[in-house]
Amino acid sequence: MPEAELERRFDPRIVAFFCNWCTYTAADLAGISRMEYPPGVRIVRLMCSGRVDPQFVLAAFRHGADGVLIGGCHPGDCHYQEGNYKARRRFELLRMLLRDMGIEGERLRLEWISASEGDKVARVCNEMTEQIRALGPLRLRAAPPRAGRPSAREAAGEGAGEPVVEEPVGEAAR
Amino acid sequence: MSKPKVAFYWGASCGGCEEAVVDLAEDLLSVVERVDIAFWPVALDFKRADVEALADGELAASFINGSVRTSEQAEMAELLRRKSQVVIAFGSCAQLGGVPGLANLHSREAILECVYQEAPSLVNEERTVPQLATHVPEGRVTLPSLLDSVRTLDQTIEVDYYLPGCPPPVPLIGAAVTALVEGKLPARGAVLAPDVALCAECPRSATKPERLLVKGFHRTHEVVADPEVCLLAQGLLCLGPATRGGCGASCIGGNMPCTGCMGPTSRVLDYGAKALSAIGSLLDSNDEEEIAALAGEIVDPVGTFYRYSLPASLLHRRAEPASRAGGSSS
Repeated sequence: MPEAELERRFDPRIVAFFCNWCTYTAADLAGISRMEYPPGVRIVRLMCSGRVDPQFVLAAFRHGADGVLIGGCHPGDCHYQEGNYKARRRFELLRMLLRDMGIEGERLRLEWISASEGDKVARVCNEMTEQIRALGPLRLRAAPPRAGRPSAREAAGEGAGEPVVEEPVGEAAR
Repeated sequence: MSKPKVAFYWGASCGGCEEAVVDLAEDLLSVVERVDIAFWPVALDFKRADVEALADGELAASFINGSVRTSEQAEMAELLRRKSQVVIAFGSCAQLGGVPGLANLHSREAILECVYQEAPSLVNEERTVPQLATHVPEGRVTLPSLLDSVRTLDQTIEVDYYLPGCPPPVPLIGAAVTALVEGKLPARGAVLAPDVALCAECPRSATKPERLLVKGFHRTHEVVADPEVCLLAQGLLCLGPATRGGCGASCIGGNMPCTGCMGPTSRVLDYGAKALSAIGSLLDSNDEEEIAALAGEIVDPVGTFYRYSLPASLLHRRAEPASRAGGSSS
């Protein structure tokens, strides 16, 4: 690919929540085996896919992820018996919610990947990157900052500043 | 010593919060004995100019209900902030965006078009749309503009305390006013309600099974609920496990499931995501197709889990279609 085209290319950022026992180990295997997958996939290791709080997924999108990948043990293989089933149940609801919030289904993916399936980690990461590249960046409107949370402001080392006001845009009403 | 001055104001709201103040009933009289109400558009004939005439910080407290949708509401919030020592976000709309916050599923342009051009009940032959300014024989008249999205009060001005609920429960209002008058308010930023989930105070909690699993959800009009048994155990989508208590479980008392108006407890960042997590994990199946079918019975996930809190959520509003990527930005 010519260099200019590479520069223009959109490289999706994907946050991957992988469970410690299966998928993270598989990602290790993929690395050791020198399999290639895009550097835009940022892996977060959790003990279990059942630990993936839907808040984590939304926070990832809010903070700039174009996609979120959840990896857990195959059904029946969960180190904690049924964490992956809980992940599946939450995932179904979350996918419906994201659809209604204008976030395409391809941007959230759940895959069962066992510790021996390093090749599947590479394949899924490559596939998902290409799918999201075709979709384009996730376009979330910035939320107005919470002017009003004294605790948050103090934590951020800010004093009482100007209230943040979104500019009213009047075209529609004019 | 003169009595402390307080103000009440409403933004994008239904008026139910004002009702809740009136619901203090006889206690309202003791409130009026202890404070001077300096501004209350719904009940008293003070004007904006009366607020502007106050010194900065002269109001001991402003109770502001409703979310912020118009430039007028934002201006009034800023004015009251300047004049008040303490600002209390009163009710779900001010705290989290409330039911009006569901408008963040649509663009402002789409809403204006629907309301003034497309609604089936509409009679608008001249296709009139609201103008920010119009010239009439008497002169120029103006309207406030509609902001781009619905905002919580604390996305507009600094807020000191929150009174949750749709509307806030009367005992919590009474306690907040008493704490204010007696100088016993907690640390700034606090939500003036108990910090435990509703299940902890629910009269039916003894009937909640040790291992709660649900084979699908009914909508409230589809079944007659047993008035004694945990509503979740009966397959009614009750958000008690994810919602702050302090309301006395009054909806449960009316045999209706909790819809989450009291918002999250302090450990939760995004109410809807947490509620979805709590409800999702109850689906009684390990089979992928069956899980999808059970989840599909929840017909409106955003309206169910973010009924009162979409503007305060991590996503804040619906994402723009990716097909428009590269087009004009906000």
